[in-house]
Amino acid sequence: MLSMVFKDQLQLGLAQAAVAAMAALVVALLARRRGIHLETDTMVALLRGAVQIVAVGSVLVILLRGPRWTGVFFLAAMILAAGATSRKRAKGVPGAFKISTYAIASGAGSVIAIMTWLGVIDTAITTLIPVGSMLIANAMNTNGLTLNRFRADVLAHTGEIEAALALGAAPKQSVAPYSQASVEGSLIPAIDSLRSLGIVWIPGLMAGMLLSGASPFYAAIYQFVILAMLFAASGLTSLVSTVLIRSHAFSPAEQLIVRPGLAIG
Amino acid sequence: MGIWRNKDDSSGQISQSDIILATERLSRMVGCLTLVNDITVELHKRELVAVVGPSGSGKSSFLRLLNRLDEPTSGTVYFEGLDYRQIPPRELRRRVGIVTQRAFLFPGSVAENIAFGPRQRGEDLAVEEIDRLLLQVGLPGFSDRNVANLSGGEAQRVSLARALANSPAVLLLDEPTSALDQEAKLGIELLIEKIMRQSQLTCVLVTHDVEQAARLADRVMILEAGRIRRVGRAEEVFHA
Repeated sequence: MLSMVFKDQLQLGLAQAAVAAMAALVVALLARRRGIHLETDTMVALLRGAVQIVAVGSVLVILLRGPRWTGVFFLAAMILAAGATSRKRAKGVPGAFKISTYAIASGAGSVIAIMTWLGVIDTAITTLIPVGSMLIANAMNTNGLTLNRFRADVLAHTGEIEAALALGAAPKQSVAPYSQASVEGSLIPAIDSLRSLGIVWIPGLMAGMLLSGASPFYAAIYQFVILAMLFAASGLTSLVSTVLIRSHAFSPAEQLIVRPGLAIG
Repeated sequence: MGIWRNKDDSSGQISQSDIILATERLSRMVGCLTLVNDITVELHKRELVAVVGPSGSGKSSFLRLLNRLDEPTSGTVYFEGLDYRQIPPRELRRRVGIVTQRAFLFPGSVAENIAFGPRQRGEDLAVEEIDRLLLQVGLPGFSDRNVANLSGGEAQRVSLARALANSPAVLLLDEPTSALDQEAKLGIELLIEKIMRQSQLTCVLVTHDVEQAARLADRVMILEAGRIRRVGRAEEVFHA
């Protein structure tokens, strides 16, 4: 319907974006009627997302004409931005930005580096940046879920954790059930994506490859490659994230410092 | 430091070797809130000291400083004459055990809970030792029970056995009976007295129950706003 009204591609794009944003806002307003206040977050996220993606599109136009090594700086900037976004999931945890950035750099960064070195990811910026950004974005989501789950579990089980510490357990041992649950919980989306690949979900990259003339069979295989890499990057991010957050949750004297309140009885 | 005389000590003289735990100007602040304020006390072997005071007076905060679950802002604690900052925290907590208001048992069996402490040091607790501890806390035959199926009183007894499995020298009791009914409460009180005798333990009991303090304690310490208001024998303190 929109394509009948807007003949210019840019105008059509803007109109499509406006309609999609309206749909998101309608959902936020529906949630408000049930007492769930998402409207401010949704508005901010939509505006931020729109500005960011347009800015990135403009930068990509310049980047795609530049030398290949510039891609490394672009990916590093993405990791820093992902760390800053993800840290908000660990409010009250000291060093959340550092934890998030190191975890995403270890998880997504190492998978991008190894896969590029092995030739699984092409070094051309047109491939490296989109594939790298997918890995970083998924690692960011996984890191956010890991931190959020770990923090919530620790706050809900302070008594059990301190009971373990009081019996002479090491901090690592005292939070082991919650570290495991955080990793397992954070990887559910990645596992479900792999499980449902081709049945429920056909990633956009496949459509792009088909449009650019790749063989459908190779395009399909490459989707599996992407998702397997996503899982590897997410899994590694989550594992590193739990190790780092665990060390920040305790003082040098092995006292739990992520606690809901004070014992002043 | 103020010297507390043991009620069974007719000579009134206390040797330094009799002191197991001592705090020196112990304080803890969180932000601008002072939870524990300049507490200096000595605790002697095989005595039970009750810490009483209104809600928010710093009783639990004081107790948490004794096994270093929290860090003092200033001052320190001496355990067997040694500044506890020189003792590895895990070793200190094994020697200064704690039983809290809620049992906080770990999912699994009673035996798994009791074996938890020794397992942290790589020691497997023998079945006979688990049975002996269960007998000591009045729960013979409970070894294979799932902790999810225990009553409040039973869970608290398991919590006590779990702490005793580490062979502590000092046992900190943070309102151990406040979540229990009258019958279970008296049962735990009798148990504490019995275990103190059998295991030659020193106990610090935090309670808001003045009668309980009078029943059980050799000495009573009254806290107000994190400070010691009064300290001494129960009859002296409560009738002053």
